[in-house]
Amino acid sequence: MGWHKKVLRVNLTDGSCTAEALNMQWAAEYLGQRGLATKYLLEEIDPQVDPLSPENKLIFATGPLTGTMASTSGRYSVVTKGALTGAIACSNSGGYFGAELKFAGWDMIIFEGRALSPVYLLIQDDRVELLPADDLWGKSVWETDEILHRRHQDPQLRISAIGQSGEAGVLFACVVNDLHRAAGRSGVGTVMGSKNLKAIAVRGTRGVQVKDPIRFMNAVNEKKRILAENAVTGQGLPTYGTQVLMNVINEVGALPSKNANDVQFDGASRISGEAMHQPRASDGKPNLIANKACFGCTIACGRISKMDQTHFAVVNRPEYWGASGGLEYEAAWALGAATGVDDLEALTFANFVCNEQAFDPITFGSTLGAAMELYGMGLITDADTGGIALNFGSAEALTKMAELVGRGEGFGKVLGLGSKRLCEKYGHPELSMSVKGQEFPAYDPRGIQGMGLTYATSNRGACHLRSYTVASEILGIPEKTDPLATEGKAGLVKAFQDATAAVDSTGLCLFTTFAWSLDDFQPQVDAACDGEWSLERLSEVGERIWNMERQFNLAAGFTGKDDTLPKRLLKDAAKSGPAKGRVNGLEQMLPEYYQLRGWDESGVPTRETLSRLGL
Amino acid sequence: MMRSLSITPAKCTGCLQCEMACSFEKEGVFNPARSRIKVFLFEHEGRNVPYTCTQCADAWCKNACPTEAIQINAVTGAKEVINSLCVGCKVCTIACPFGTVNYSHATGKVIKCDLCGGDPACAKACPTEAITFIDADWTGYQKMRGWAERTDTQSSAQA
Repeated sequence: MGWHKKVLRVNLTDGSCTAEALNMQWAAEYLGQRGLATKYLLEEIDPQVDPLSPENKLIFATGPLTGTMASTSGRYSVVTKGALTGAIACSNSGGYFGAELKFAGWDMIIFEGRALSPVYLLIQDDRVELLPADDLWGKSVWETDEILHRRHQDPQLRISAIGQSGEAGVLFACVVNDLHRAAGRSGVGTVMGSKNLKAIAVRGTRGVQVKDPIRFMNAVNEKKRILAENAVTGQGLPTYGTQVLMNVINEVGALPSKNANDVQFDGASRISGEAMHQPRASDGKPNLIANKACFGCTIACGRISKMDQTHFAVVNRPEYWGASGGLEYEAAWALGAATGVDDLEALTFANFVCNEQAFDPITFGSTLGAAMELYGMGLITDADTGGIALNFGSAEALTKMAELVGRGEGFGKVLGLGSKRLCEKYGHPELSMSVKGQEFPAYDPRGIQGMGLTYATSNRGACHLRSYTVASEILGIPEKTDPLATEGKAGLVKAFQDATAAVDSTGLCLFTTFAWSLDDFQPQVDAACDGEWSLERLSEVGERIWNMERQFNLAAGFTGKDDTLPKRLLKDAAKSGPAKGRVNGLEQMLPEYYQLRGWDESGVPTRETLSRLGL
Repeated sequence: MMRSLSITPAKCTGCLQCEMACSFEKEGVFNPARSRIKVFLFEHEGRNVPYTCTQCADAWCKNACPTEAIQINAVTGAKEVINSLCVGCKVCTIACPFGTVNYSHATGKVIKCDLCGGDPACAKACPTEAITFIDADWTGYQKMRGWAERTDTQSSAQA
C-alpha cells in the first residue's frame, strides 16, 4: 500500500500512453521515488546514451508516502541521465504536483522517445492524453501554467513544465511545478525539452491509502510533534527559510565567494534571511511577505517575496510585481555570493526569472561567477557579452544574464553550457567550480571538510543534498563534529549518503532530517507499505541505492578519477575566517571512504559488496 | 457550549493537511478531492485561505432541500446531510451562497462540513492554528484581544 501499483508509460515517438503494473519486487528492494525510478532507468536505458537523444528516458516518480498525511508528503523526483553531467540525475521537488499525480492513480510516469513536435500530457485520473503544444512552445512556465488552467477550465490542475531555457537547450534547465517549485539540478528540464515535452497537467481524485491507517496516523502525529518542537524545523526554517544559514555559514568561513576566490562574503548580511525581513529603504516594506508550505508540509520553509517596484530590474514591468517564490539559501548564495552581488532585490528578480524560465540558480550563479573571473582576466570581452560588463558585484550583469539564459539567447547561450564547458571554451577548465560537470553549492569544503568528500563522491555531480554533513559539522545534528577536521568524515559522509538515499525514496522531504533520523521514518514507512520495514532494511535500501547509482555512473564512463574537486579547493588556501590557511583534505578522506563502502582502490564496488546488497 | 470553526487565513501556509484530514475522517482515504474544506491559494498575492461551511443559523441549503435531508445536529449545531434522505437533486448546492455544499458523483449525494460530530479533524490537523474550533459565541475573542493589546493604557495606569 501507499501505491496504486500503476505506472504510466508514455512513448512520445508513437504517441502511445499505456498503463502497466508497478514492479513490486523492485519496490520492495528500492522503496520508491529516487531508488525505484533509478532502478527502472538502469534496467531500461544504456547508461552510455546521449542524454539528449530519444534513447534516454525521463521518469517522474512519487514515493510510497507521497500524498499521505505524513508531514512533507508532497515530494516527487525526476530521474534521467543528466544533460549537464552525463551522470545519473535525480532532482526532487515539492509543491503540489507530486501528490496530485498520486491522487490521479499513478505512482510513476516513464517518458520515452521524442515527439515529432511539441506536446503536453494531460492526466485526469485514468484519462490520459498527449496534446499538441505548438502554441505553448516559446512560453514561460508561468504563461504555460495560466494558459493550461484556462484552456481546460480547471483551476485545480497541477502543472509541471519547462520554460524557454529548456527548449533552447540550456544544459541546466529544470522542471518547475506549481509556478515556483523545481526539480532543479543536472539539467532534467533540458532532457524534457529534448523530447519536445512542454508540460504535464494533472488532476487526481482517487486519493491514497495506506496499509494500516490507525498505526500510520499514530506514527504521523507523533513525528509531526517532533518537527514542531525542534528548533530548526519548528522555528528557524519557518521564520527564515533555508536562508537562516547565510550569516551562519559566512561566520564559519565556508561561504564560497566570487567563484570561490574567497570563503567569506562581505555582503552576506545584506542578502540573508534576516535582510529579507527588514523594511526596505525605498518603500518601507520587507522583501518577504509570507512563508509557504509544500503539500502536506508542517514546516513551511518556502519563501514568498514581493519586489520593490522601483528597482531597476522591474521598473515599469508589473508582471514581476506580484508575490512569487522568494530566495532560498542555495539560490541566494549562487546569485549573490558566487557573483559578488549584494543587491537583495536583484537576487530576488534573478530568482523569479529562474522559476519563470525554469533553470537552476545554483549552476547559473556559479557559471556567471566563473564568467566574471574570465571577464576580469580579459578572456571574455564586451564583444562576447553584447556590451554587458561582467564585473564581480554587478547587479545589472546578474539580472540581464538571468534573462538571457532564461531565453537561451545571446551570451546566455554560452552561459547556458554551464561552467565546465564555458571554462574549457575559454581555456581555463580549472576555473569551473564543478564536480562531474555540476557546480557545487553554498558550502566551501575548505571550511567544512566533509563537504569536500560529499561533493567529490556525489553521484549526480557536486551537490549538498546527497550527504548534508553541514548538519553535523556546523549545526551539531545528530552530533557535532569539527568542520576543520578530516578524521571520521569518510564514515560520516557514507552514513549521510545512505540515509539520504532512503529518505529521498519515501516521498517525504529531506529537510525533516534536521529533526528526524531514519528511526522516525521507519514506523511511518512500515505502517504504510506492504511487508515489514525495519530500520535495518531501510538503511540497507539506502546503501543499495547509492551503489546502484555508482554502477550507473561507472557504466556511463565515469571512474574514480572523477571523484575529485576543483583545484582551487585543493590548492588555494582559504584567505580568511576560521579556516584561514586551509585547503580541503580530500586525499585524507577518499581512500577510507572507498574502504568503508566496500569499493576497491579505484572506486569500483567489489563483487562481495554487490552481492551483499543484492546488486 | 457550542463551538464553531474559526479561520485565520494569515496563519495558513497552504499545506492542505486539513483537506487530507477531512477526507481521511469522512472517507478513510487521503484525498483532497473528497474534502469538505478547501484551501484557496492566491499565488500572486501570497495568500492562502481555507474555506468551508459556516453552519448558517437559518441555512439556505436546509431551507431549499425538498426531502428534509439536511438537518440540524442539536449538540453541535452543524447542518448535516442525512444520506438516506438525500436524492442528489443538488438544489442545496444552488441555494448555498457560499458554494460550501457540493455534489459527489461517487455517491450520488451532496457532501458538506458537519463539524465531525463536534471534533473537527481539520482543526486538529492544522499545524499553524489557522483553523481552530472555538466558543461559538466568542468567535471574535482573539481579534478583540489583539486590538485590546494595542490599546494605549499607559497613561491611566500611571495616573
